[in-house]
Amino acid sequence: MNAVEAQNIVKHFGDTRALDGVSIQFEEGIVYGLLGPNGAGKTTLIRVLTTLLTPDSGSASVAGVNLIADPVGVRRKVGLAGQFAAVDEHQTGRENVEMVGRLYNLSREEARSRADEVLDRINLAEVADVQVKTYSGGMRRKLDLAASMVGRPEVLFLDEPTTGIDPASRLALWDLIEEMVDGGTTLLLTTQYLEEADRLADRIGVIDHGKLIAEGTSDELKATLGGDVVEIHVHNDDRARAIEFLSRVAGEEPKVEGGSLSIPAPDGSKTLTTVVRELDSVAIEPRDIALRKPTLNDVFLTLTGHKAEDETQPVSATSRRRGRV
Amino acid sequence: MTTKVRPRNRVPLQSAVMHTAVITRRNVLRFIRIPQLLLFSTVQPVMFLLLFNYVFGGAITTGIPAGPDQYINWLIPGILVQSAAFGATATAMGLTEDLGAGVIDRFRSLPMARSAVLTGRTLADLVRNSFVFSLMLVVGYLMGWRFEQGFPKMALGFGVALLFGYSFSWVMAAIGLAVKTPEAAQSAGFLPIFPLVFASSIFVPTSSMPDWLQTFAEVQPVTIVANTVRSLMIPEEALGLLGLDQGTLILQSFAWIVVIIAVFAPLSVRQYKKAVG
Repeated sequence: MNAVEAQNIVKHFGDTRALDGVSIQFEEGIVYGLLGPNGAGKTTLIRVLTTLLTPDSGSASVAGVNLIADPVGVRRKVGLAGQFAAVDEHQTGRENVEMVGRLYNLSREEARSRADEVLDRINLAEVADVQVKTYSGGMRRKLDLAASMVGRPEVLFLDEPTTGIDPASRLALWDLIEEMVDGGTTLLLTTQYLEEADRLADRIGVIDHGKLIAEGTSDELKATLGGDVVEIHVHNDDRARAIEFLSRVAGEEPKVEGGSLSIPAPDGSKTLTTVVRELDSVAIEPRDIALRKPTLNDVFLTLTGHKAEDETQPVSATSRRRGRV
Repeated sequence: MTTKVRPRNRVPLQSAVMHTAVITRRNVLRFIRIPQLLLFSTVQPVMFLLLFNYVFGGAITTGIPAGPDQYINWLIPGILVQSAAFGATATAMGLTEDLGAGVIDRFRSLPMARSAVLTGRTLADLVRNSFVFSLMLVVGYLMGWRFEQGFPKMALGFGVALLFGYSFSWVMAAIGLAVKTPEAAQSAGFLPIFPLVFASSIFVPTSSMPDWLQTFAEVQPVTIVANTVRSLMIPEEALGLLGLDQGTLILQSFAWIVVIIAVFAPLSVRQYKKAVG
């Protein structure tokens, strides 16, 4: 049985076509990563699939239950951790999770033992009896995740689970999500970070302007992108010569984006070394040079010819931004 | 799979009751654990009580034959109703805060009765009001207030004030869900409250008001409810001051409470559905 099966979902907000005929399906037991920039329609799709929004047209079923015909039935089978940790500041971690358990119709005892279980699993057992207002952002996200799992959902939806939290917490959350997945949880997660989708998802769907524009495994998508690139920034005076030089090294025209020039790096750091060494021999002094993994921008440039609208700055190996912090 | 599917958007009543209790508990906990909320909703009514009694009390003649402390006996029933109305704005603010914090999204993704979010909120405010009212009666007692018709009638009056506060919570829920932000909810909430509370018999008898205002003051629900509570607490020989007899007042109060809930509960549910998209 497919965990999610959605056909031609359309959703308007006023004149904006937030979802423009999205169809996705994936089977149980996998992690599906929905990758796209802000405003691409990721959250809207999650809200439709978790019955928070009714689509204007299209049909969908989640865990085998028809979304339109039996929304309550769908809610019994899904868990949602939204973009903002929807936890109650003035309750303890345990109270928060127990409350959600009760709202999943667990008995008081079940809710309690299940809360203990998920809090333990998510490493919050020690602070379970402290009010959430003392928690850090990362802890709140974890708690939110715990709450979304308390009802033993068949399909779990995580909307940008690591957006807005610090890098250390992000890594911890990734570990946690990986553990959950090992336990066989079916997961749909949205993200703006290719790296995140790459690490967590078995299959990735790329969404832009309310449309699914590509789908495949991480490797398949990367193959489309051609893998790592060497990116250099040079002074304007050197630019023409640098383009000529890079064309020679790569055997193709470098991609020019603002002040940066990039060429594919099929051999990774080896290509970088070659470029560095030969730059010297042609007497071009780069302002910055880096080996860069493909970013969401590259995905979009390749797939759509335009940049992701919520673009991140070009990054170098040393100052690589891990998204918004 | 060609059989026609009918939406099964129903949660069993028993579950709905449980969900409502869970949400009510959550909101009551909030009230207990946020010192500002607790302070705001208890200190303010007590302050009103003290100010009105000691600042205006000496200048206001109510006609209640109970010696120098007569004004407190006029004031207490009224000020319960005033606290109920003011306190109802907490319903609006609480709901808008939850909307903003994504808590309601979480609730809506759960297999729970959707009505529990609104009912749990208004019931929590009812619980808070009963605490605030009790506190005010204790303070009032220390200030010289006495109930003159026995405990059962006093308790009935207390209950009428509480129910009125409950119905008013639905008015505020509708307003809060329409304006969506806590700040706007507070300002918008007080718009109808001020004329209703001050152009009423809460603080002074309506007889001292100009004719046009008196006409409004005497028919509007706040006066009816305040006078009902009053009729159950002041000495029986003073009942004539209230214009209507006790039975009529009680009947009219309940009629208002039912009408207000009947109008504003469905309206809130509609606003809620609209607000959450």
